[in-house]
Amino acid sequence: MAFYVVQFLTGLASAASLFLVASGLSIIFGVTRIVNFAHGAFYMIGAYIAFTLTEQLSGALGFWGGIVVAAFAVALIGVIVEMVLLRRIYHAPELFQLLATFGLTLMVEDLVVLIWGPDDLVGRRAPGFKGAVDFFGQNIPSYDLFLIVLGPVVLGILWLLFQRTRWGVLVRAATQDRDMVAALGVNQKWLFTSVFAVGVFLAALGGALQIPRDAVHHAMDLRIIVEVFVVVVIGGLGSIVGAFVAAVLVSELNAFGILIFPKISIILVFLVMAVVLIVRPWGLFGKPEAAARKTPGLTVDPWRPLTSNERLAALAALVIAAMLPLFAGNYVLTVGSEIAIFVIFAVSLHFLMSVGGLASFGHAAYFGLGAYGVAFLAKMAGLPMVVCLLLGPLLGCMGAAVFGFFAVQLSGVYFAMLTLAFAQIVWSIAFQWVSVTGGDNGILGVWPSSWAARPSHFYWLALGVAALVTAALRAMVFSPFGYALRATRDSPLRSEAVGINAKRIQWTAFVIAGTTAGIGGALFAYLKGSVFPDNLGISLSVDALVMVLLGGVETVSGAVIGAIVYKALNIWLVSQTDLSKLVLGGFIVLIVVVFPKGIVGMLEMLAQRRRKSSPPGSPLLAKPIESAE
Amino acid sequence: MSVAPPLLAVEGLSKSYGGIHAVRGVSFSLRAGEILALIGPNGAGKSTCFDMLNGQNKPDTGHVRLLGEETTGKRPREIWRLGVGRTFQITATFATMTVRENVQVALISHGNQLFNLFGSAPNFDRGEAGRLLELVGMGGYADRPCGELAYGDLKRLELAVALANQPKLLLMDEPTAGMAPRERVDLMRLTAQIAREKSIGVLFTEHDMDVVFEHADRIIVLNRGTLIAEGSPAEVRSNPQVQAVYLGEGLLYDAEHREGAST
Repeated sequence: MAFYVVQFLTGLASAASLFLVASGLSIIFGVTRIVNFAHGAFYMIGAYIAFTLTEQLSGALGFWGGIVVAAFAVALIGVIVEMVLLRRIYHAPELFQLLATFGLTLMVEDLVVLIWGPDDLVGRRAPGFKGAVDFFGQNIPSYDLFLIVLGPVVLGILWLLFQRTRWGVLVRAATQDRDMVAALGVNQKWLFTSVFAVGVFLAALGGALQIPRDAVHHAMDLRIIVEVFVVVVIGGLGSIVGAFVAAVLVSELNAFGILIFPKISIILVFLVMAVVLIVRPWGLFGKPEAAARKTPGLTVDPWRPLTSNERLAALAALVIAAMLPLFAGNYVLTVGSEIAIFVIFAVSLHFLMSVGGLASFGHAAYFGLGAYGVAFLAKMAGLPMVVCLLLGPLLGCMGAAVFGFFAVQLSGVYFAMLTLAFAQIVWSIAFQWVSVTGGDNGILGVWPSSWAARPSHFYWLALGVAALVTAALRAMVFSPFGYALRATRDSPLRSEAVGINAKRIQWTAFVIAGTTAGIGGALFAYLKGSVFPDNLGISLSVDALVMVLLGGVETVSGAVIGAIVYKALNIWLVSQTDLSKLVLGGFIVLIVVVFPKGIVGMLEMLAQRRRKSSPPGSPLLAKPIESAE
Repeated sequence: MSVAPPLLAVEGLSKSYGGIHAVRGVSFSLRAGEILALIGPNGAGKSTCFDMLNGQNKPDTGHVRLLGEETTGKRPREIWRLGVGRTFQITATFATMTVRENVQVALISHGNQLFNLFGSAPNFDRGEAGRLLELVGMGGYADRPCGELAYGDLKRLELAVALANQPKLLLMDEPTAGMAPRERVDLMRLTAQIAREKSIGVLFTEHDMDVVFEHADRIIVLNRGTLIAEGSPAEVRSNPQVQAVYLGEGLLYDAEHREGAST
């Protein structure tokens, strides 16, 4: 019995940090409507700075002072980030905001390694809370008890702040209707900045307070951000009480889940989240979100199928690409194969994102599942390559069918967070279930059959599949299904009113995209000869997003160009610098801020400008037709 | 002898929010080809009533029947499949698609081709899409992006979309809201003409009394959730209770005074 009580208390102690970070995210979202992906990064910087300060300053005052100063320092960094970056993208689509803050996260990951080194740092114990309390023969660290008390105290302070101060009233008002608050003459800029500072302060404090419990390391940002997303999805974005309850719930599920499913405890959290989402899609304490605001002028030009000339040009490009083995060496061909595979991956996400309006932040899960599917079939069942390539993607298809069913119940940022959480769950299973997946060591020796073993042959295979997949998805954009999918994206209200079951359409699109990604993953397994958990990791998901964005979200097939440019750049970059994440993150931020239409989008816009300026009567000036009588 | 059921039969429809009775025991019916206006002051329960007919809201009690078939509690998309087209107070269209594609989406849905992955949508029922657009006077706009249409044209596009499933009933929520006076007359004249030609029943809510009295065959009046009057435009116009609701207590006093005088 005592053991369970202690387990319970450990859970409560973990909840404190989680609550601090989640409430910060929630407050920021409530007012600015930005889901701050970089929140985990601020948490991590908080921990690093606190580590340095508490090492430098001595005594109890040094320790506690160090923690508080660290949180303030990070809040200051947050203010700078808000003023320099976020102010430029408040009116950008949600996806762009998520990506920009993700780019920031990538940069921070390399920066902390640059400053503090790659090793885990173990901080000192908290003065006054070094011992443990005996509880019927079980030890409870007294610092845990401190954290257990701290959680509700912070909740109370936040409550007072929001109920009893003028600033709090403004924040609550802005959470309900920020345009109205602005119309009432409140300086919105500073309100947003201050809210962001408070949110970041809470994140950094959460990180700093973890020092006595956990080592500080450079991957703690992603771990916490996934948990925080789960917490806010369960608790409801924008609700602080929700964040508290959900943080306790998730921490307890983790604490007791370890006893029930020692290896895959995260499954339990996932199940609870799934149930909450089915019963209350907006979270336990959240409010149903009004339909996401449409970004005006995002897409004005309707899509059209390729003209016969353009079709010939595409075919010519394909023929030229197919001639690569005539003059390129093996290394170039391997890179070419990899690029072709990423074209498959990118167009699959593009289909979901551009055509369906569903920005998945965990698309790599289905890519990786396809890869693992092939590895299982090839290594365990010993099936030949052709069979594996045909059946392997089915694992991606099944994963997409299960996760997609839940994910399409949501939209916008909730959809993005949920897909990210799902991907992280799949990753954890691949990582932790060592007996089946080999864990971190992966599955090795997935080699192609002799007919595809030569680099040139494999290149042709990858290129052929990529061309087929791209053409098929493009055809689908202009199929009745594609129209229906675009209809659900453009107006859920109108599509329901013309008999369209939007969720089923979107689910189908999710499964199509997941299966296609699985095809890419299956080829990837053979290209590399191995499968690792990284094949379904977050960074791969983000690679896909960047490829789509780089090509242009508003285009039909921009992802192809995006994938080619990005992958080539990426391979080159990794060979040139150790700070690839820093460069990549900076690159992402740059695209979002100065280049939001992507390469193909830019080209189309330029072409259109030229077209529009030539004929005298632009359509906008056309006379309104006579009324019908 | 069995009498054919009316196109739309509403019986004892009620809906409360907390202690507020938004709609109380509303009953009415609508024949094919008839144009029925649902009017009432702000807060009378028009929208609640309307939403219960089109499936966006579920009544606490009461029934809605379409040609004798129960539609109470069905989803909007299921009600659409039974032959009910609708337009919205604030137009809802597919902004990134062309005018023709907007109509084609409805035709695709009507033809049960929503999950057709490899057909050609640009050629889907192109002729029918063109006919519908001609019908509402939008034939010349087929290839225009829907996002750059003027508001009055959007309303007409909505009408074409609503007609795509050859509906028996059209539900129009404030069809002329936000339009210029001339556009209002044109749109309602067009609607009335189509309704009579195709024998479609039309139920619309409206604030503009000129539109209501000119185009409705029959009018029902809601006030504080209950139906207070029903009849031809002339009857409703001269109904003292309706006058009271719309014009205030002074006239009500006048009416009562006259009533008292006559007895």
